[in-house]
Amino acid sequence: MRPEPHLIDYTIILLYFAFVLAIGFVLKKHMKTSTDFFLSGRSIPAWIAGLAFLSANLGAQEVIGMGASGAKYGIATSHFYWIGAVPAMLFVGVFMMPFYYGSRARSVPEYLKLRFDEKTRGFNAISFAVMTVFSSGVSMYAMGKLLQLLLGWNFTAAILISALIVLAYTFLGGLTSAIYNEVLQFFLIVMGFIPLVYLGLRDVGGWDGLKARIANDAMVHSWKYMGHSKANPMGVEWFGMLMGLAFVLSFGYWCTDFLVVQRAMAADSMTAARRTPVIAAFPKMVFPFLVILPGMIAGVATSPRVHGVMVEKSEVAGAWRQSSFFTGGKGIIPPKYDPAGKPLMADGKVVLDYDLATPMMLVRYFPSGLLGLGLCALIASFMSGMAGNTTAFNTVWTYDIYQSYINKTASDQHYLWMGRASTIFGLGISLMAAFVAKEFNNILDVLQLVFAFVNAPLFATFMLGMFWKRTTGHGAFWGLLGGTVAAATHYGLTLPGGAVAGVKGGYLGPILHVYPSEMAQNFWTAIFAWVGCFTLTVLISLLTAPRPEEELKGLVYSLTAKPEEGGLNWYQKPATLALIVVVLLLGLNLVFW
Amino acid sequence: MGFDIRMPIGMLFTLFGILLIGYGAATNGSAMYAEHSLGANMNVWWGAALLAFGMAMLALTRLQRKQ
Repeated sequence: MRPEPHLIDYTIILLYFAFVLAIGFVLKKHMKTSTDFFLSGRSIPAWIAGLAFLSANLGAQEVIGMGASGAKYGIATSHFYWIGAVPAMLFVGVFMMPFYYGSRARSVPEYLKLRFDEKTRGFNAISFAVMTVFSSGVSMYAMGKLLQLLLGWNFTAAILISALIVLAYTFLGGLTSAIYNEVLQFFLIVMGFIPLVYLGLRDVGGWDGLKARIANDAMVHSWKYMGHSKANPMGVEWFGMLMGLAFVLSFGYWCTDFLVVQRAMAADSMTAARRTPVIAAFPKMVFPFLVILPGMIAGVATSPRVHGVMVEKSEVAGAWRQSSFFTGGKGIIPPKYDPAGKPLMADGKVVLDYDLATPMMLVRYFPSGLLGLGLCALIASFMSGMAGNTTAFNTVWTYDIYQSYINKTASDQHYLWMGRASTIFGLGISLMAAFVAKEFNNILDVLQLVFAFVNAPLFATFMLGMFWKRTTGHGAFWGLLGGTVAAATHYGLTLPGGAVAGVKGGYLGPILHVYPSEMAQNFWTAIFAWVGCFTLTVLISLLTAPRPEEELKGLVYSLTAKPEEGGLNWYQKPATLALIVVVLLLGLNLVFW
Repeated sequence: MGFDIRMPIGMLFTLFGILLIGYGAATNGSAMYAEHSLGANMNVWWGAALLAFGMAMLALTRLQRKQ
């Protein structure tokens, strides 16, 4: 059942490694100043920055995770894209980039320092640095585990080799290297997954055939069943979805996470910076078809192999109604196995290993040769996420932590050196985190929980900072802290259905509410965090002294000149492009209603 | 900065295209196509697509340089 990659597959993967390393080597001589290394000298054209913006975020967890969600929840998973990511990307490009780029801040925490004060910057810088380096480790762990499960590759070797390659090209070529490779990785992922969707859909009879096989209307509609949380597999109703996922979580991520904002900051002009996220939005809209569909197909696909043995076509025909590929599985999705090798059971039902949905699709539909390309696309998605985390970390460490608190007056060459050094130790910490995650699985969950608490209130702070000149540093800091506490509190007083108190919630004692699903609990935690942060920030800002308006010029909406768009063609204006995306989005939402 | 990223992208995909077309042609009719890609020799087909994409990228690089 385990696929045997042939020489051709390894050749393809090795060629890819050679190219990404070569790009790093060629760029080394261009890394003369710290601005070159951390911000690409602010010289990246919009289309490159746009594709990198998209690709840096596209890690293992998205490609694998969206496939898993597609298998579990169906096309409603597209909400993460069509009402989550894409609107947020449009917003940050059109409305927020003027402040990020115009303020000449070299990082997101630095914008907070300029707009608010040092303690707000410190809180954001430290929490972001820790989060980003541990997220990288979690990603590495996921990749190592997958490659080990799927291909039998040694866990340690797999993550060490990938980490070393990413280290090499980011060490040498800095952000530019990461960006260029992210563009390459973007095309690889697209070219690797298009044939997968094509073959999968052809096999099940197109969208209509897929609908017929899934035989569950709620899995093939994205809005129809959102009226009530019990009506759809996600367990969320439209309000929780819109406010929790779309507004708080997605805007919170795309508008404030330095991993993506850094790519827009590297653009070669203000309009390029504003267009970067909008350009990224176009392919982002199409990604559900590349990453969600394979997951949906996996649950109902068949294979000419039954229990690992090739069988006659006629024997396979009716087999898809039962899980033929694996005993206890669903379609080609295997069950999770207990240490004895038997399928894991919970509540009398088999626990499926949804994370394997997309990888099993690759294995099922790709012959040797194409399999190499598919594996390459998967590895590329891991590496682009890793590189994104690495470059974000080394910048925030060097400028916002080292330069701000440890060594304020060193030369630019020293900071460049520190950038390279922090690339090494940043990846080192991530690797350690990956190994720890391997031994102690629950630590992963705890970590991700803490990150969610810290992220949830962020968007409130930025929104108030950029659009309300009365917001003060004290307000921002205590609002952030308060929002984080609100998130932790809400989570500690609620549980998703069927879970026990602990890492799933309810750790504060009394359970005030039980949500239909984990997702619903997450969305509502985010909503509470945002509201908490917003309220506290406004209150404390009104009680503390405001900054004089001259200091806030270029940092706040009402005190900044509108960006110049005089000599631009229609297709170069960020707002026009954004409008086109919105129209297309509405269309997509309607088609899959 | 540095060089046109379309060049290495073009080169890599052209190489991939040639590799897959070659491999696909060499293994034409193999049982693995019936087992995996619904009988179609996807290596040759998609290899051609990759080659076309790679060449398009290289052509764009050439055009850019001429400007």
